[in-house]
Amino acid sequence: MKSRDLRLIYDRSAPGHEGYRLPDLDVPEQPLDRILPKEALRAEPPLLPEVSEPEVVRHYIRLSTLNHHVDKDTYPLGSCTMKYNPKLNEDLCRLPGLAGIHPMAPEELAQGLLGLLHRFTGELAEIVGMDTVSLHPAAGAQGELLGIRLIRQYHDHRRNKKKTVIIPDSAHGTNPATARMVGYETVEVRSKEDGRLDLGALREVVNEETAGLMVTNPSTLGLFESEIAEASELLHSVDGLVYMDGANLNAMLGLTRPGDMGADMVHINLHKTFSTPHGGGGPGAGPLGIKAKLEPFLPVPVIVERDGRYLLDSDRPHSIGRLHPYVGNVGVILRAFAYIRSLGGDGLARISRGAILNANYLMKKIEEDYPVAKPGWCMHEFVSTLSWMRKQGVKNIDVAKRLLDHGVHAPTVSFPLIVPDCFMIEPTESESPTSLDRYAEILREIAREVREDPETVKSAPHRTPVRRLDEAGAARKLRVRWRPKPDGERGSND
Amino acid sequence: MIPKDCRYTKEHEWVRLDGDGHVKIGITDFAQDQLGDIVFIELPEPGAKLTQHQPFGTLEAVKTVSDLYSPVDGEVAEANQAVQEDPGVINKAPYEDGWLLRAKIEDTAQLDNLLTPEQYEEQIKEMEG
Repeated sequence: MKSRDLRLIYDRSAPGHEGYRLPDLDVPEQPLDRILPKEALRAEPPLLPEVSEPEVVRHYIRLSTLNHHVDKDTYPLGSCTMKYNPKLNEDLCRLPGLAGIHPMAPEELAQGLLGLLHRFTGELAEIVGMDTVSLHPAAGAQGELLGIRLIRQYHDHRRNKKKTVIIPDSAHGTNPATARMVGYETVEVRSKEDGRLDLGALREVVNEETAGLMVTNPSTLGLFESEIAEASELLHSVDGLVYMDGANLNAMLGLTRPGDMGADMVHINLHKTFSTPHGGGGPGAGPLGIKAKLEPFLPVPVIVERDGRYLLDSDRPHSIGRLHPYVGNVGVILRAFAYIRSLGGDGLARISRGAILNANYLMKKIEEDYPVAKPGWCMHEFVSTLSWMRKQGVKNIDVAKRLLDHGVHAPTVSFPLIVPDCFMIEPTESESPTSLDRYAEILREIAREVREDPETVKSAPHRTPVRRLDEAGAARKLRVRWRPKPDGERGSND
Repeated sequence: MIPKDCRYTKEHEWVRLDGDGHVKIGITDFAQDQLGDIVFIELPEPGAKLTQHQPFGTLEAVKTVSDLYSPVDGEVAEANQAVQEDPGVINKAPYEDGWLLRAKIEDTAQLDNLLTPEQYEEQIKEMEG
């Protein structure tokens, strides 16, 4: 195997190498201690790496080739929707008239952008069947937080005495965390045998103290919640609200709408359903669609149209206040706008149909070796259980690592929590039949290895830049900072 | 192997009598195996009240965070210092050095409404299909 150069930029440093030169000083030089207070001055210059421009470029290009990403190969991470991000989105969000606007620009100098955001709000609302949308949340989890804060504000405003939020056991872990952050107790309801929401169990826990229900549709098992309308009705009978977690909205574009299922709100992960970049920890966007009864409580400012002009309205006495310094992560929103406009309504429906078709196709191709936890047609993703491999001493994580040897990414493992040894596969609509066939072939090949040569799977990966990482060690002794050694020459990660 | 001298919860905790009205509480081998490497544990202080089938702490593994449920009513006498310093001990010896709490209990009869080793073994078999 070719050895990979994994040195840090600090390790490449050599005295005297430089990649940047300041222009000549054209004003009289001032002593630093006259301009800056003493405590702001450092005693020694910082230990920055000394490298030339080509060295910097080569270093980062080399690292980028070691990374896996959707532009390189298949990336079927369940629940994460690692779909292809069209490059057209990148072009449009960089148009100078949009990219160059200062966040503090007065309304009259930002009419074009404000108008675009206003229009986008209406389009998103139409897609999810809501009355309006707040673009403020900077990520899905913040969209969730906004949703539950609106529930709280709604009940406080009506002087409802509410204490609990109901959450199915298949939910994303953020749901109970969010409900607790807003001050509610959480009540878990078990799923039915087929993995769907149990209306009977729900009836037992819904009462006058129920503030709301947080429900993901399609669920994290990739199943459509067929009794969602009845569940919504039940909640509304006690003046409870239905928060729909829109993590899996990408399966229903143009086919059905959360608002039509009785949901009072739904968050929208633009970085999943609407193809904005994610997976690198960069900015996200998690707009929240709501029904009109929640509109008075929206975070400020709200973009409104008056006499053909767009204004930032902060005069809203029942608002929960501010959630974001401005009106959301505009750069991300613009990419999603480009995606929606370039596809149109028919195109969006084809996206969801393609996602559902691809998931079912792959499921059928591999189900003999990767039995599905809840058999039947799936939506945009499915969950397999790998329990049979245990008698060979192989776990789901081993298969996941072995997949990396084939240059493709692994699915999500060990989520949702209600399925033991699970593998959650979401191919997305981006994959062609050819690449789905190839992924299925790799998975079948690994299943053969599990039977005939389990050691190779257990010791995977073999061909990646680094071998199996010590995840537990990394979590127990977190060291993320490079520190110079005392002799000042070479450093180590710390 | 599932120890015969313990009783079990559906949530994969074990409880074992530990002299004069005390018990020790931990998680089962099946639980630690499912969780994978445990990296962090949050346990109550001595004196804290335990309520049967209610959460008393959390376990954080590489892939998930789980609540811990008390098998009995009681009062915490001691939280295992060793597992808080090195949670890996729970993975290595879940029934022995990897115990979590020692607790004082009022009513040992409460243990009778928990799963017997045979019933727990049956539950695991079902889960593994």
